[in-house]
Amino acid sequence: MGLALVRAAQWTTASSGTGKLEITPMNESLLREILCFVEQFSARHPQEARHVFKEPLQWKTSLEASDFKTEYDISGDTVQSQEKDKDGHPLLHLSPPDISVSSFSQLSKLLQLARGRKLKELRACLEENRDPVVKILGPSFATVEGQDSSVLRLLEKVKEDDQGRETEVKVKLLILLQQLDTQLLSSSLKQLSQEVRLSPAAVKSDVELLRSFCGTGEKRILKSIQYTSDYEFNNGCRSPPWRQVHGEICYLIVETWDTEPLFITCSTAGVFLNGGIKQEGEENAYERKSDIYKDLVTLLRSHSPHFAENINKQDFAVQEEPLSMLKIPHVEAVDVEETGQTQRSYEQQRKNVHEKARQQHVPNKLGGKKKLEPSPKWKNLGLASPPDEADEKKARKSGTSEKAGESLLKTQRPESKKRVDVSGSSLPGRQSSHKTKTSGGVVGADDFSESSSESEEDEEQPDRRAESSTDLPSEYWQIQKLVKYLKGGNQTATVIALCSMRDFNLAQETCHLAIRDVGGLEVLINLLDTDEIKCKIGSLKILKEISHNSQIRKAIADLGGLQTMVRILDSSDKELKCLAAETIANVAKFRRARRTVRQHGGIKRLVELLDCVPDSASLTEEQQKDVEVARCGALALWSCSKSTRNKEAVRRAGGIPLLARLLKSPQKNMLIPVVGTLQECASERSYRIAIQTEGMIEDLVKNLSCNNQELQMHCASAIFKCAEDKCTRDLVRQYEGLQPLVALLSQSDNKQLLAATTGAIWKCSLSMENVAKFQEYKALETLVGLLTDQPEEVLVNVVGALGECAQRPENRATIRKCGGIQPLVNLLTGTNQALLVNVTRAVGACATEPENMAIIDRLDGVRLLWSLLKNPSPDVQASAAWAICPCIENAKDAGEMVRSFVGGLELIVNLLKSPNKEVLASVCAAIAKIAKDEENLAVITDHGVVPMMANLTNTTDDKLRQCLAEAIARCCMWGSNRVAFGEAGAVAPLVRYLRSKEPSVHQATAQALFQLSKDPNNCITMHESGVVKLLLGMMGSTDEALQEAAAGCVANIRRLALANEKARYG
Amino acid sequence: MSQMSAMNRKLIQNLAETISKQVKHFNKTETMCLIRLFNGLVGEQTERRAGNGLDRGKFRNILHNTFGMTDDMIMDRVFRAFDKDNDSYVSVKEWIEGLSVFLRGTLDEKIKYCFNVYDLNGDGYISREEMFHMLKNSLIRQPTEEDPDEGIKDLVEITLKKMDHDHDSRLSYADFEKAVREENLLLEAFGTCLPDAKSIQAFEADAFRDPFEH
Repeated sequence: MGLALVRAAQWTTASSGTGKLEITPMNESLLREILCFVEQFSARHPQEARHVFKEPLQWKTSLEASDFKTEYDISGDTVQSQEKDKDGHPLLHLSPPDISVSSFSQLSKLLQLARGRKLKELRACLEENRDPVVKILGPSFATVEGQDSSVLRLLEKVKEDDQGRETEVKVKLLILLQQLDTQLLSSSLKQLSQEVRLSPAAVKSDVELLRSFCGTGEKRILKSIQYTSDYEFNNGCRSPPWRQVHGEICYLIVETWDTEPLFITCSTAGVFLNGGIKQEGEENAYERKSDIYKDLVTLLRSHSPHFAENINKQDFAVQEEPLSMLKIPHVEAVDVEETGQTQRSYEQQRKNVHEKARQQHVPNKLGGKKKLEPSPKWKNLGLASPPDEADEKKARKSGTSEKAGESLLKTQRPESKKRVDVSGSSLPGRQSSHKTKTSGGVVGADDFSESSSESEEDEEQPDRRAESSTDLPSEYWQIQKLVKYLKGGNQTATVIALCSMRDFNLAQETCHLAIRDVGGLEVLINLLDTDEIKCKIGSLKILKEISHNSQIRKAIADLGGLQTMVRILDSSDKELKCLAAETIANVAKFRRARRTVRQHGGIKRLVELLDCVPDSASLTEEQQKDVEVARCGALALWSCSKSTRNKEAVRRAGGIPLLARLLKSPQKNMLIPVVGTLQECASERSYRIAIQTEGMIEDLVKNLSCNNQELQMHCASAIFKCAEDKCTRDLVRQYEGLQPLVALLSQSDNKQLLAATTGAIWKCSLSMENVAKFQEYKALETLVGLLTDQPEEVLVNVVGALGECAQRPENRATIRKCGGIQPLVNLLTGTNQALLVNVTRAVGACATEPENMAIIDRLDGVRLLWSLLKNPSPDVQASAAWAICPCIENAKDAGEMVRSFVGGLELIVNLLKSPNKEVLASVCAAIAKIAKDEENLAVITDHGVVPMMANLTNTTDDKLRQCLAEAIARCCMWGSNRVAFGEAGAVAPLVRYLRSKEPSVHQATAQALFQLSKDPNNCITMHESGVVKLLLGMMGSTDEALQEAAAGCVANIRRLALANEKARYG
Repeated sequence: MSQMSAMNRKLIQNLAETISKQVKHFNKTETMCLIRLFNGLVGEQTERRAGNGLDRGKFRNILHNTFGMTDDMIMDRVFRAFDKDNDSYVSVKEWIEGLSVFLRGTLDEKIKYCFNVYDLNGDGYISREEMFHMLKNSLIRQPTEEDPDEGIKDLVEITLKKMDHDHDSRLSYADFEKAVREENLLLEAFGTCLPDAKSIQAFEADAFRDPFEH
């Protein structure tokens, strides 16, 4: 047992001397076994028991004379055994507190006498006699680690000695002692291997032990010890699963007598203080705040002096009860079958406990502590934390029943099935986010002043950690292992681990989460800060893949990865630069990341990457690498350019000429990010001008005819955005870009491409020359075909294009002939405002043709238009009102039709209260048409149209002035409206309109004034406002209508003056 | 004396001429510089052994000081790779041939060279044991570890899984080459045996300096 005591037993001081045996479960079990051995010794081996020790074992005992009974000579305090050795010395001698014992028989008797204190006695004995074998058999048997030749020595002795009898006993004794030694060693080994990493069971037993030390009594060493959670998973852990991944077993709150309450985390690596976890869920509280101690007692000892002082005084007696249960000899010899069984029954017990726990937790859930709630799902997950695995491994190793192994397999199988489900279910999510990207791009494109896709495709999504970490597939543990090698390996091991990690399916979300949750991201990002190029490359290759996941992107940004990657862009290694830029391209999908890149000088560096010479057809290897660097740079800029300020930064860093140069590159994979960036930036005016002036339109047009749909889409999209400008539209035509655009309309399967193409056609058709070209290419026929069964982003553009084309009469006929009127009218029932604006415009344009109008009327299109006046969007209101004008003009029985819309007239008059000038202008225009019908004019007069319009007269907006003047001219035709306008003060402002620079305003105004001048009071007002001089000028106009109206007005004024004179001078 | 050095120069020129024809990646001037450097290094060596070339210690010093290598075993293996005729000395020709791969080798040449370095017993295969031997210091030993070698063994298994395409539990040259072509990072899978870009640059800048400059 010498070896066992030296090696296995845990002494308080490492060096020999009078150390103390610590109170640890291991020492306890060692002592227990020795106790068994000694107690049974005299019964089993009576002969050897009588053998007198070479030297007596001496120690300080707590036994007193009164404890001894027969077979002892008791005189006062001292006690002597009756049994004597051959020299007459008693084999036991006690003179308190010293005791010396010289044979096993006495030793076992003594222990029997000691009763409850036997462990304490044994401990004291062993503490004083560190190598009892020496005393028992002599110094030549001293325990020397490593070489044990004592048996051989003894055998030699047997040969030499003639005292065969005694030596034989000695040999037997030695053999027995050595047996004990091996037995102790093997059992302590078993325990050691358990103890190296704490297991839930070990922690549990520790806590139980300490709990028995708690209380309020004087001698108590702790106030209390408790778990933070009553819930125990069936692997024995009490920490939530996402912490179990870190090896944490449970959290404790320990109140000592002399310190603040200690918040303790027990993990497989050891025990340490945490940031104060009162209940799970406070994420930042999980941090380690102290050193790691190997177990709970050690930690408490170093933090609570009171505890340290008192724990050593505690007897093992506290644990007496479980000890007595273990009196069966050869505990470890219990046959394996049985251990297997106990383990199973233990598991069953656990399950029961678990069930109960679940039931207990149901009311909790209602209590609203949702975060703390272990979901019932967890139960089935086999949250095998590492210690548990170790247990199972051991169970198998020791050859336990095959059933255990079987059940293991069974638990794993459903797991893998579930894994498949998870990956499947994660797909729709990604797709949908993809979809939002595209729609964001197109809708945004309509509104140029804002950045196109600043409407984020992934604004930081809420963390789905809890949800997705519920399933821990085997990859999880493999990745955890690899991350461990990354952490603890040199360059070589790191590279191997990185390469191995790349073999996982890094497109899978489970892997992303595994890498993040086991702390792999931190390591990967830290690797970027090293000097090892290979490690950086390996790490970036992984980061590049996993950064497709939005949560990973966020985590990378949080960990400061972007800053490091931006720095890497300065590296001289081209592969490294490429990977860094590509990863940035992936990460910079959300606003905060883009800002980070900009703020750390990333934009400038990325722009510098673009600087290469791509145009030569045959490239050297080095040049190819340069091109690749530029491509990656463009990719990153593409992502970054979704933020308005980054666009500006790219421009200022001189990115535009570089992009223009790369645009001439023959490589498609280069062109896509370049054009992508350009089309993204084209939402900025400065870029639109640059694209036009740097001659990029030609290249964009050229690439419309390539065979890559993505590239075509970006080109079309860039043209879409740039063609707002007339020069650009002309350039597109000059470079013969219109025909390829029309050709692209046939790619109706690719909706993104179709949306971009139709957008480009729409904007190009703003120029009538282009419309003529489109006619030539028969674009209208195709466009009409696209009016049905298309997504809205396509429809908006198609209808927009038709609206523009329909400004030419022959196209209006074409649309009708192709059957385009009906689908257009049908679209009036939609809800998309951008679409409605375009549809109303198109319908309005078509309605200028009486034949079309007949169809529209038949389809009840005017009613639909009219109801759009109720649309909340002013743009739609205005557009609808504009469209109503030609309808009224061209419809048969227009007056009757308008009257048939119940409440329609009131509705349109009330729109005169709108604050929007465009709405006002359009409504005035519509009122001018409506007022042609006398009955309707009477109705709108009743609705108070006169004072409302009079209120608007002070406007300076020429468009509104014109429409308003027209409407006023019309409305004067009824009753006393002329007088009413005069009274409402509309005349004087109207006179001012004549000073406008817009000739069309003059005509309408002159007509209004002509009408108003039929009332004498108005003539006076006009005259006072100095109208005559202005009108005289107008009479010289080439516009006959204006001439006539002006002359009429002047005539009226003159007539009044004459009448006046006549009356006066009579 | 001047006659001597003139003769010497003539000799070096001739030597450079012949060697530069046989060795890729170096032109004649560069070869001359390397010969001169070699002579300098050998000259510093004790005179009695001169003539044979660089001995192991000297060579290892260069690897350590100039190219920043630290692993003793790998440095020994690099020496072996240079010392093609196995006479324990790196001759001038071996020196230049070796450096041609070492500094400017193509991927193919480097794969051959690295395989050579890693094939410790020269039997044409990198065995499990050899891998273990080369990787054994690559992980920090954690005191809590049950079996401190377990991590290394696992690394070896990982490497085999990744590189042993014919599944015979050892790496043939074909295995190695295929794996490296798929993933260049695996070129130095079992330890750094090539200099990094920075030290190559530094060495070349130093070695190919104009000899008449000083």
